[in-house]
Amino acid sequence: MTKSPEQLEQELKRRSKAAKLEIWGRVVSFSALILIVAVVVAIIGFVASKGLATFTTNHVNLWDFLSGKNWNPSLTDAHGKPEVGALSMIVGSFLITVLSAIVATPFAIGTAVFMNEISPNRGAKILQPVTELLVGIPSVVYGFIGLSVVVPFTRSVFGGSGFGILSGTCVLFVMILPTVTSMSADALRAVPRYYREASLALGATQWQTIYKVVLRAATPGLMTAVVFGMARAFGEALAVQMVIGNAALMPHSLVDPAATLTSVLTTGIGNTVMGSLQNNALWSLALVLLLMSLVFNLIIRLIGRKGRLQ
Amino acid sequence: MNSKVQNKIAIGVLYGIAGVVVLILLALVGYILVSGLPKVSWHFLTTPAKAFLKGGGIGVQLFNSFYLLILAMLISFPIALGAAIYLYEYAKDNWVTSVVRTAIEILSSLPSVVVGLFGFLFFVVKLRLGFSILSGAFALTFFNLPLLTRSIEDSLHTIDDKQREGGLALGLSRWETVTRVILPAAVPSILTGVILSAGRVFGEAAALIYTAGQSAPALNFMDWNPFNISSPLNPMRPAETLAVHIWKINSEGIMPDAKAISSGSSAVLVIAILLFNLAARYLGKRLYKRLTSA
Amino acid sequence: MFMSSDIAKPGTTPERHIVQPTDAQHPTVLSTEGLHVFYGDKEAIYEGDLKFARNQITALIGASGSGKSTFLRSLNRMNDRIATVKGRIMYRGVDINQPDIDVYEMRRRIGMVFQRPNPFAKSIYDNIAFALRLRGVTAKNKLDEIVETSLRQAALWDQVKDELDKSALALSGGQAQRLCIARAIAVKPDVLLLDEPASALDPVSTSQLEDTLLKLKQHYTIIIVTHNMQQAARISEYTAFFNQGRVLEYDTTSQIFTNPQVQVTSDYVSGNFG
Ligand SMILES: Nc1ncnc2c1ncn2[C@@H]1O[C@H](COP(=O)(O)OP(=O)(O)O)[C@@H](O)[C@H]1O
Ligand SMILES: [Mg+2]
Repeated sequence: MTKSPEQLEQELKRRSKAAKLEIWGRVVSFSALILIVAVVVAIIGFVASKGLATFTTNHVNLWDFLSGKNWNPSLTDAHGKPEVGALSMIVGSFLITVLSAIVATPFAIGTAVFMNEISPNRGAKILQPVTELLVGIPSVVYGFIGLSVVVPFTRSVFGGSGFGILSGTCVLFVMILPTVTSMSADALRAVPRYYREASLALGATQWQTIYKVVLRAATPGLMTAVVFGMARAFGEALAVQMVIGNAALMPHSLVDPAATLTSVLTTGIGNTVMGSLQNNALWSLALVLLLMSLVFNLIIRLIGRKGRLQ
Repeated sequence: MNSKVQNKIAIGVLYGIAGVVVLILLALVGYILVSGLPKVSWHFLTTPAKAFLKGGGIGVQLFNSFYLLILAMLISFPIALGAAIYLYEYAKDNWVTSVVRTAIEILSSLPSVVVGLFGFLFFVVKLRLGFSILSGAFALTFFNLPLLTRSIEDSLHTIDDKQREGGLALGLSRWETVTRVILPAAVPSILTGVILSAGRVFGEAAALIYTAGQSAPALNFMDWNPFNISSPLNPMRPAETLAVHIWKINSEGIMPDAKAISSGSSAVLVIAILLFNLAARYLGKRLYKRLTSA
Repeated sequence: MFMSSDIAKPGTTPERHIVQPTDAQHPTVLSTEGLHVFYGDKEAIYEGDLKFARNQITALIGASGSGKSTFLRSLNRMNDRIATVKGRIMYRGVDINQPDIDVYEMRRRIGMVFQRPNPFAKSIYDNIAFALRLRGVTAKNKLDEIVETSLRQAALWDQVKDELDKSALALSGGQAQRLCIARAIAVKPDVLLLDEPASALDPVSTSQLEDTLLKLKQHYTIIIVTHNMQQAARISEYTAFFNQGRVLEYDTTSQIFTNPQVQVTSDYVSGNFG
């Protein structure tokens, strides 16, 4: 008793349970994805609209905001304009970011080279798990140690309050060190074994091999690691806020109290009234922060693309 | 300079650098544990904080941290799972996918303070949820989503495509194949990723100070009705977490034993993260073994 | 009564020689008409009009890269997302290459076993039972029965009947491949496609697998890709020879191996290829 082709065709064209589930699954999983995208769009949209209000609603000049050195949103200057110069905080943020990256880079890459090239055994057994664990230490813990160890130390050596760019840099240095080390080690690990073997076979010393072959081949990955660390440092709020002193002044020395975009934001946003100029000006700082994180993102992509082209 | 000598010097320097880094890291962990552990006691872990007096604990904060963590995970896991499944199993390699991936990368690189401020603006103010567990859980969700999505995608990647073909060849849909074949096989690695991300969420503070708030009203641990204001489960109450607590008592400076409390809290946080790490490794291995033998 | 299509200049061997099976006892179950398969712009199958006889084993042979897998995977549309398949695939009178065919329903009738054994990370029992449960077979005794018959048909029952709860990932290669066959036949397909199912197995497992296939052919129509010519000769009734995306010769297995008509086939089966 076999079916006629017509019967069979009908059976094969009936929408099965599997086909219905497939559509359901696609819709559900796609919705989840769209939700994430919507969150990103909403964050950028909200922060941008609030951050731009300073310039559209309160008519602050964008250039004055970026280049002004006085931050006192509740006061007005001699021309009757509000004092919303964010330069001191922008400089503060960049200063601690660049300084901590400059200090962290040699240590991080050196350690990564050590654990990958010189002592892979100890590297895999001890250093790698330890760095991976330290990546997860909460930033407030770094801030607290900065407050109870670094600030008093700076104070005893350089006098003053101990709060300032130097303390901030120290804290961020230790904070991004595990991240940059761990990512650098990944970059080195991605360099194929035979690169090293070929170089050593040609009579190069281990250092020449590391310097001329391994580090060169891993350059894009190492740069990504450093930029990633910088992005983290730039966006770090609480650890920095706890040790920098929070004085929105142009930094004149590394040991005077200063401020960063994040530190002013964390201390300020709770003390201002929504919709006021003081509040909008803070959202403008948040917008700068957001734009900078987009820039870091872009740099990392560019490095990645260049790395792939090579 | 002779290249052999140069080699010796360079390697010596590398040993030095690695040594310094190890010292720094050890000193860091050592300091946290040595200064903090003596403060940790059952009393410390279970009593509420005292704002103006010595001898308070971190009981409420600790509870809040776990409660927020669980809520945030409950919200973010299904979303991240769905997104990862779509990205890995369905998405074609076209511009839409690349835009979506870029968006997720942007979210993962946003400073957590920006995420917190958005949470404040949207949940606390716009949706009038106030400083509450719920606002905090949403902020933590946003903070957690991109990394969790990536980690689940990586887990899906570890499962051989032959398994997918096997499911399809039996007449299963892709969805059935993923949910019935791929996900069960990926559980050990997904779980590892989830626990590691839980560690990050547990220690996060910047996203919470303006969403879950900075106060920890006393809780009645006998009252488990989530609609009562003093119930620990009430999702609408403000809830300072352990990480926020460390930040707050140090920036206010009114608690007389703020330093001791912070040391103890830091040690608790770090040990919790350590346990999360160990648990992730252990459970992942254990489950994997169970899946492949027995 | 021959349906033959030779294309040959006088005095030379033909370029193609296709003899479709015409045995009335084994009517055609599956056939392709004007099949063309493209990976992007690259054409991988140019010609492949073949008819497959019911309850017989047909072997697809040819050098690596000649398009055997591509052809086989097109038959139950496993290539849907990867390749463009043009032409008609007639299954018992229905063109299953139409877009509105429910591929899931179709694949339950045309099952597939792959080159590398791919048991799921589940128990031996669940590897077989879980697809059935998804299709509504939930009664325990019914499941037990199907698991047992499938494993018996795949000649695995005696080895695993006491450890059905064990993870299938712990099975040896040959056992795992037979589990995959058991899994495929548990959903009661009509046609079974196998893509070099023995290539990852040792000689003993291979010969067990061949015995299994010879028994299975009473119930199923089997199409098997193999690069092992002895294997094709041992088990199949019909053999198709693929070369560079074309079927150059199709005939009974004995004809292909003892009296090939096309020069390339002759070179290939006698081992003078390439
Ligand atoms: N997924 C794919 N994408 C692009 N080309 C493919 C793909 N799979 C196979 N091919 C190409 O199609 C041709 C036939 O391959 P295949 O069917 O695997 O041959 P066989 O199974 O006979 O070894 C080869 O040239 C191969 O490179
Ligand atoms: Mg093949």
